Amino acid sequence: MALANVFETPAPGFNFDNAGRNAALNGLFDGGKTPKPMKTGTTIAGVVFKDGVVLGADTRATSGEVVADKMCAKIHYISPNIYCCGAGTAADTEKTTDLLSSNLTIYSLNSGRNPRVVMAVNILQDMLYRYHGQIGANLILGGVDCTGNHLYTVEPYGSVNKVPYLSMGSGDLAALGILEDGFKPDLELEPAKELVRAAIQAGIMNDLGSGNNIDICVITKQGVDYIRPYRESQFKDKRKTKYKYPPGATPILTEKVVPLKLDVVQETVQKMETA
Amino acid sequence: MEKHCTDSRVKGVSTGTTILAAVFDGGVVIGSDSRASVGEEYVSSKTINKVIQVHDRIFCCIAGSLADAQAITKAAKFHLSFHSVQMESPPRVMAAASVLRDLCYKNREELQAGFMTAGWDKKNGPQVYVVALGGMLINQLVTIAGSGSTYIYGYIDAKYKPNMTKEECLQFATNALALAMGRDNASGGVAHLVVVTEKGVEHVVVPGDKLPKFHDE
Repeated sequence: MALANVFETPAPGFNFDNAGRNAALNGLFDGGKTPKPMKTGTTIAGVVFKDGVVLGADTRATSGEVVADKMCAKIHYISPNIYCCGAGTAADTEKTTDLLSSNLTIYSLNSGRNPRVVMAVNILQDMLYRYHGQIGANLILGGVDCTGNHLYTVEPYGSVNKVPYLSMGSGDLAALGILEDGFKPDLELEPAKELVRAAIQAGIMNDLGSGNNIDICVITKQGVDYIRPYRESQFKDKRKTKYKYPPGATPILTEKVVPLKLDVVQETVQKMETA
Repeated sequence: MEKHCTDSRVKGVSTGTTILAAVFDGGVVIGSDSRASVGEEYVSSKTINKVIQVHDRIFCCIAGSLADAQAITKAAKFHLSFHSVQMESPPRVMAAASVLRDLCYKNREELQAGFMTAGWDKKNGPQVYVVALGGMLINQLVTIAGSGSTYIYGYIDAKYKPNMTKEECLQFATNALALAMGRDNASGGVAHLVVVTEKGVEHVVVPGDKLPKFHDE
């Protein structure tokens, strides 16, 4: 029953192929403890304004108590008019949004229609529900399509809610306070960007798992403005993290050349057809 | 840094709710509160709509895990729509209730959601069916469910009368929801009410501050 312009749902049932492998891997680590997956321990927020949607995120990715990535990109591209912020397990949010993006592109090429936000939400919901919460992806999906400006939240178990503003991640309560106080329907662009920035800032200040810089993504009918970073952290250090040296920077102390004598033992020539 | 609750018995977001449905003379009223909670302490949404339309004159209300409820109603919508294309006529309320019952019963090990289905069809007029957690299906004139329902059994038993008018039934439903939301911490927000009659469907939303107040508030 699969037509090319209809998104085909995959075969029913859960795929627990990796459960056996994981159980075997458990025994291989010292003390039986597997390394914890990298979580984004994050603050993400979204606001619907007069002409579109503003999404915001911090840029810290943590692995246990260590900051694993200081400039992590948490706002993922889904389609030219839809972007998705992800909180939870970093690998899960990356891969889920990647899968969604490629599936939507194929669908859009086959059907000749631009994808709608509600379709992206339905696909995500089906995917996450099938895995019963094992995929740790808390997502904020925002986009503009022919039916208007939309903002949805998708939780790991597959529940969906359509909202005018929201925040997720470990810093969500701090950000939600700012959003609840400052949100008004039909905001203009600059106040909307400022509201999202303030919300993420609250998350960064009050949550250990969020920090570093703030990314903002503005989606309107005219196009997308992905500002990365929108605000940089005032606590930047001067380490360059690029260690390229010009030739001649290291002084040569001694030089010893040993020629290797090689004899030709056998020579074969194979002609390639390059017609 | 961890999320708010990790030991809830319901997976993820739960509707921990009050839902009710009642038959009046010529139609049904189906209604719910609008709170979705995670664990025992965090309200994840104040404005969730738990009254879901599965066909033109058939609605269902969900209690339990929100993810399960949304997935089941999607499947039910599809099945009902397909059924009505094949029969070339709108489905009976009984058909909708059976579809939900089958989905709940076949997957009773994995699911945590209970439903009530209410609507109007040409053959039997207004009806209310309830599908409980294990998949049992029964037809009643008035039914309530969810965590907040325990506080209003007395009110329902005392105040429901068969063949009320639409206005009486709406007032009855609003009062019941207000009483339950007043006592149950997992129910709250606004009251969503839907009135289904032969002529059509009417949505009534009563915001929290306009709900009836009782003597101790």
